[in-house]
Amino acid sequence: MPRLSIPLVSLYLTLMALIACGSDTSGADQREENNETVTLTLLTHDSFAISEGVFEAFHDQTGIRVEVLTSGDVGSLVAQTILSADNPVGDVVFGIDNTFMQRLLDQSILEPYKTSELANVPDRFELDSTYRLTPIDYGDVCVNYWIDALDGPPPRSLMDLVQPEFAGSLVVQSPETSSPGMAFLLATIAGTPDWEHFWTQLKANDVAVTSSWESAYYGDFVAGGGSRPMVVSYASSPVAELIYADPPVDEPPTGVLLDSCFRQIEFAGVLAGTAHTDEARALVDFLLSPTFQNEIPMNMFMYPVSQKAELPPEFVEHSQLTENPLSLDPAEIEARRKDWTERWVEIVLG
Amino acid sequence: MANVSQTPDWPKLSRRLPNVVIAAVPVVFLGLFFFYPVFTILANAISQGWNGFTDIVESPRARNAIWFTLWQAAASTALTLCVGLPAAALIARTTGKQGAFFKALVTVPFVLPTIVVGGAFKELFEQMNSTLGVPNLNHTAAAVIIAHTFFNFAVVARTVGVFWSGLDHQLEEQARTLGSSNAEVFWRVTCPRLKPALYAAAAITFLFSFTSFGVVLVLGGLGQATIETEIYRHAIIRGDMTSSAMLALIQVVVVLVLVLVNSTLERRTSVTTQMVRSPIAALGTKTKIGIGCFTVAFLGTPLVVMIERSLSVGGKYGVRHYTALFSKIPQLPTTAVEALANSVVFAAIATVVALTVGVICAMAIVARGGFTSRFFDLGAMLPLGVSAVTVGFGILIALDEAPFDWRTRWWIVPVAHALVAVPFVVRSVVPMLRRIHPSLREAAALLGAPRSRIRRQIELPLIARGLAVAAGFAFAISLGEFGATSFLPRRADTLTAPQAVFRLLGTPGDLLRGQAMALSVVLAAAVAVTVIASEVLSADPTSRSRQKPPIGS
Repeated sequence: MPRLSIPLVSLYLTLMALIACGSDTSGADQREENNETVTLTLLTHDSFAISEGVFEAFHDQTGIRVEVLTSGDVGSLVAQTILSADNPVGDVVFGIDNTFMQRLLDQSILEPYKTSELANVPDRFELDSTYRLTPIDYGDVCVNYWIDALDGPPPRSLMDLVQPEFAGSLVVQSPETSSPGMAFLLATIAGTPDWEHFWTQLKANDVAVTSSWESAYYGDFVAGGGSRPMVVSYASSPVAELIYADPPVDEPPTGVLLDSCFRQIEFAGVLAGTAHTDEARALVDFLLSPTFQNEIPMNMFMYPVSQKAELPPEFVEHSQLTENPLSLDPAEIEARRKDWTERWVEIVLG
Repeated sequence: MANVSQTPDWPKLSRRLPNVVIAAVPVVFLGLFFFYPVFTILANAISQGWNGFTDIVESPRARNAIWFTLWQAAASTALTLCVGLPAAALIARTTGKQGAFFKALVTVPFVLPTIVVGGAFKELFEQMNSTLGVPNLNHTAAAVIIAHTFFNFAVVARTVGVFWSGLDHQLEEQARTLGSSNAEVFWRVTCPRLKPALYAAAAITFLFSFTSFGVVLVLGGLGQATIETEIYRHAIIRGDMTSSAMLALIQVVVVLVLVLVNSTLERRTSVTTQMVRSPIAALGTKTKIGIGCFTVAFLGTPLVVMIERSLSVGGKYGVRHYTALFSKIPQLPTTAVEALANSVVFAAIATVVALTVGVICAMAIVARGGFTSRFFDLGAMLPLGVSAVTVGFGILIALDEAPFDWRTRWWIVPVAHALVAVPFVVRSVVPMLRRIHPSLREAAALLGAPRSRIRRQIELPLIARGLAVAAGFAFAISLGEFGATSFLPRRADTLTAPQAVFRLLGTPGDLLRGQAMALSVVLAAAVAVTVIASEVLSADPTSRSRQKPPIGS
């Protein structure tokens, strides 16, 4: 009998040793934090991505280190930022968009900071007159279509989507669980004469609804083997389809319905209670500097707000951005989100 | 033939001190990382008054969600028991390599990304619709229930299977000798004695389905909201923490009642065995092949889809998506391989923590009666029944001040995984411990063995195979990234493989999707290897040399 437990005990001890190794790592981190260099914590969402070396450049310029913490999707990021307001986890928050920004602005958890870099940013991106949230990048949520999967010409307006030739063609996300889904609902509120009637017609035209972007794009949409040629996605999705095509292609397989685009702007802000206000402000400056701005498109598939930034050739050639995106006042979005989504559920479920 | 187990006599106080220290381990662990955070977030909401509660209880949407949560979890449990029981019969009779592979296969679903499984089921439903004329189940309650069965198959097959193999099979032999048919033997003799394991597996499956999130969102329709998805919607999308906490409170109360009922049933039906080795009646070849084929087809389909996609490179087949896992790409802060290494380390830690905490809880549940037993039973089961949002946000607001500011420590990740794994360990081990006949312990005590030695030399070896099952579950749960970690701020260097899969699927493009599939396949392989290893390590050395039991008789 005792023979039996020996392998188990040795397995157990090995695992225990692993833990011990792990603890050492954390000790090393701690020592690093205690050094003289200031380490800032940038709190952001899971879609945050930036090239290696970008924050190294910031460190070379300022001597400040940046550690990135990711907090789920943008909704989860906002919720976590508000919940931990008394003891903030980070110094700077990045990735709050115009559909959620009012929820943060209603609380006093951000410090105002008007960076001089705003001089390079067009006024239309500055939605917060109190300067607590600084615009960093933007993008559009639009209906995408798989060019070869359409029988005829692509739709040209939002209202085309309710026409019989596009019956059973579109898949959207629920605004109750998905941020592109919410953006598309807002697009219909801003871009159709009567959004409730529009959705009634869209439902009659057999629209499919999924809970998340992933299950729409890789489930019902033709990209993942589904049967629907149209999906709610981003204006930059065709560029990603081109860059990550397999086998490589010369032109993106998808196009964008420019009339359906709702503008999303992402902001950064200094969290109240940071022990390093000056350094945090320097980081906000850096987020607007060409070093960071130029990296945004290829890493996050968003567009830089700074006029000094340069778009990579793939974006210049293949991405389409509308001159007149749809938008709504962030305060109105926050105030009416509950009513709008509840009404939407009644229409789509009813 | 079930007889109620006696509570063994507990040694005198002087000998009890080490026990108190040991028992403090799970109390401190669960208290600090589960009860204190959950209590903090619930108390926060309740302190703002009970208006939120009345609002929730009176809202038809919340009522529908509560009702749907309960009945789908019950239906999922029933279906999983029906579908998993034949596989349990097979597992009870298979040893060696074949058995280990089979056990690995049934455990793999735990780490398969919901989005991939959802896609595979969707295709299956559509094919059944077009070829067989079955109504399309996509976005229906049936789809949710079938997917829960898929994910929980292993819980029934392995928990019941390992218990079954250790029963005293002489009773069945005697019943057959007396002229009972195979069916009669199963229903009258075997089934009643399997009840403790059946209740344990049912409890886990129920709680898993009760708090399931991804499956409900991906495969369910808009109308299929559960308490869990409603908690998410209120907290994250609406920013309404009060409503979300009120729903969480309802969830806790429901789980408390369920666990109490379940532990009572399990206790009443517990059987002890004299640990006499007796051969189990073999299954017919046709039955064996039938069960094997069904299991492989049911659990293997999404796996095949995943492997096919991971190998399809530019219209041909190749391994480029696998080699790409070693390169750094913009979508991930580390390489996919580093994320995989993180996952494996976290899973190893979570397994050790969950086994330690779970086994101590199980021993306390079995050794003690009354309040102590219930206390540990409830305490160890609750983490599986409480929403990930509640636990995550609880940790965020409760463990936020020095020296307990642990919110962004790397080890909070395996700790949160372990919380969800503890119930699996407890439910795998308790039925095994309960059936150790008191006479074994008494005899050892009479011969002067101290309690610690009885534990080490009698109890642990006798539950070794249960521990292997539990370790496999704990490892798979952590590798699958279950629990509250999605709702905590995470450092870039703690990226795990399931998170990497999710991020790879977050940007369009076939290359990224191919890599996501390749990473999922590697993740599945990691679980399979671990399960096989734990089976080999824990295998009873005597059984290998034993002769194969006679067929039928």
